[in-house]
Amino acid sequence: MTKYKMHLLVCGGTGCRASASDSIVENLKQELENKGLQEEVQVVMTGCFGFCEKGPIVKVQPDNTFYTQVKPEDCAEIIEEHIVKGRQVERLLYLDPEKKETVADSKHMDFYKKQIRIALRNCGFIDPENVDEYIGRDGYEALGKCLTEKTPAEVIDEIKLSGLRGRGGGGFPTGLKWEIDSRYDADQKYVVCNADEGDPGAFMDRSILEGDPHAVLEAMAICGYATAATKGLIYIRAEYPLAIKRLKIALDQAREYGLLGTDILGTGFEFDIEIRYGAGAFVCGEETSLIHSMEGLRGEPTIKPPYPAESGYNGKPTNVNNVETYANIPIIINKGANWFNKIGTEKSKGTKVFALAGKINNVGLIEVPMGTTLREVIFEIGGGIKDGKKFKAVQTGGPSGGCLTEKHLDTPIDFDNLLAAGSMMGSGGMIVMDEDNCMVATAKFYLDFTVEESCGKCSPCRIGNKRLYELLERITQGKAEMEDLQRLRNMSQVIKDTSLCGLGQTSPNPILSTLDNFYDEYVSHVTDQKCPAGECKDLMTYSVIEENCVGCTACARVCPVGAITGDKKQTHYIDPTICIKCGACEERCKFDAIIVK
Amino acid sequence: MAKIKTLADLKKMKEDMQSKVDIREKADSPESYVQIKVGMATSGIASGAKEVMDFLIEALEKRNIEAVVTQTGDMGYCFAEPTIEVKKPGEEPIVFGYVDTKKADEIIEKYIKLGELVEGIIPVNYQVIDEDK
Repeated sequence: MTKYKMHLLVCGGTGCRASASDSIVENLKQELENKGLQEEVQVVMTGCFGFCEKGPIVKVQPDNTFYTQVKPEDCAEIIEEHIVKGRQVERLLYLDPEKKETVADSKHMDFYKKQIRIALRNCGFIDPENVDEYIGRDGYEALGKCLTEKTPAEVIDEIKLSGLRGRGGGGFPTGLKWEIDSRYDADQKYVVCNADEGDPGAFMDRSILEGDPHAVLEAMAICGYATAATKGLIYIRAEYPLAIKRLKIALDQAREYGLLGTDILGTGFEFDIEIRYGAGAFVCGEETSLIHSMEGLRGEPTIKPPYPAESGYNGKPTNVNNVETYANIPIIINKGANWFNKIGTEKSKGTKVFALAGKINNVGLIEVPMGTTLREVIFEIGGGIKDGKKFKAVQTGGPSGGCLTEKHLDTPIDFDNLLAAGSMMGSGGMIVMDEDNCMVATAKFYLDFTVEESCGKCSPCRIGNKRLYELLERITQGKAEMEDLQRLRNMSQVIKDTSLCGLGQTSPNPILSTLDNFYDEYVSHVTDQKCPAGECKDLMTYSVIEENCVGCTACARVCPVGAITGDKKQTHYIDPTICIKCGACEERCKFDAIIVK
Repeated sequence: MAKIKTLADLKKMKEDMQSKVDIREKADSPESYVQIKVGMATSGIASGAKEVMDFLIEALEKRNIEAVVTQTGDMGYCFAEPTIEVKKPGEEPIVFGYVDTKKADEIIEKYIKLGELVEGIIPVNYQVIDEDK
């Protein structure tokens, strides 16, 4: 076996691949060959490093140098300078936005300082297409330990003791779920992995599957052992081609090694996994819909009980967990429940992965212990708000969650605190908003999503959400009355109380939380017909400031609808009845003569 | 690929693999290992730093010493190349000059294993401005 002296880890997540990390790997290998170093330096494509804002990432080990925004044409310089001469390529190092200094290693970057990586432990560390590297990181040892040293009941006890709760959003205790499932006897039982990940803005499940697929396979096998199931199914959306490809490679490798199949590790335990594709419907993240979709039926929920643990896939007992939940399992078995339950808060143990997006400097994927505050996440790890603007709100939990404001910044994040603050953990999407975001428009954006994604089975969700959307539309157009705000609140409550599944029960949350936290903003839309953030186009008017206008006619020429009139060297005029508020005139004017109100 | 038949087989495979990927692992917490930096500037390489580095990596592994060997730039002691800096956990780093493979062997056996100093130490004659916080 060749022993490499240095390793070049290149991010192979979807984000970095979109910025040509494939060619970076190729070029690095080529350059190494040119220098005759291919036997000494190994180039590895790994899963996501999480720091997507600055991708593509190349990390040099063992000296832990972290290069950001690497381009394929930089490879020659990295090899020539760093590998051959031992000098870091200064211009590719991370530049700390606050201190304006370069930071060479990831350990000293604010982005990584506060993070603890459990679910993402192997992402950005191993080659996800190589089972050997996973085995080198204790891979499949947890499964071996369970099969040879523990009874199924002991495995369940360990997970219960760890305090792990479902990472898909609900936060149901995982150990308890397994225990309930294990109580049902059947000729065939199933273990399902929910990789549907429908929240807009969340991509942790995809990154885990792309960066560490074996961890999920191993955990599913452990779950199979604990609940006496022999078949596993991964329900993944077809929009995740890279995750699917890596899962397939992982499945083949695990089967070849006999880590899936019959008589695993000589213990007589049998377990195998199949992949099922979803078309990417939000409602299919709900477990009963997901199961129906896998059965070939329409992705619609059914009333619980019976829970899937009693009657799930094909009417058989089925345990459904989310990708991130599974990714925590092997390490809990290896390190022990008592190691895991020391991390986090009293009722929420361990860590949570968040996808940071929106108006934040460091867009990316982070994993922090439960109990970390929003302030730490947004301002320390996330690097604060883009362009020095003011923080306004953060939306957590996707379309089912709510908006949290400045007063919540010091709340420790865990399942219960977020619920109490009127939002929820959800799958861990965090969309940060600044002063230019209108909260009514934000609520409308999410409602637009749920209206689109509602399966239509129950009327509160199908009809109610549509009505809510229409009310919001009227508000953003300045056509609403004050009574509409009360209507909005009442109807939201009814939809929450009467919808069949989680989609409808949570879809009004974005409205309720913005009504609570930003009531004034709603009121000014209604009474003054003004959008304070300046986002609602229908409430804006473009006009010419007479003193500034020199009559250059630039605006009139650029206006696509001919709304601007005026002779050369004369003050121009915008006809508000024709204006479509595209903003082209404002952009073109060199004299600041166009004002938006 | 052969099937892995028992947990013991799996563990054996893991050990083989670990030595392959362990430099990535150690890099995350280098302060808990012996860290050796080999000066690999032009003058160092010309005087044989590359062979010394290869020797160190192999010898340390054979002798079961957990260490991180990295290359670094010119340390400024061009008269004494190849130079290496050895930092044992919790101790101040020490720079050795004129290190050939024989010297490297002595450094491992005497300094790293037993803590005895060997000849060729270059006293620290400067301060670094960016002391690790």
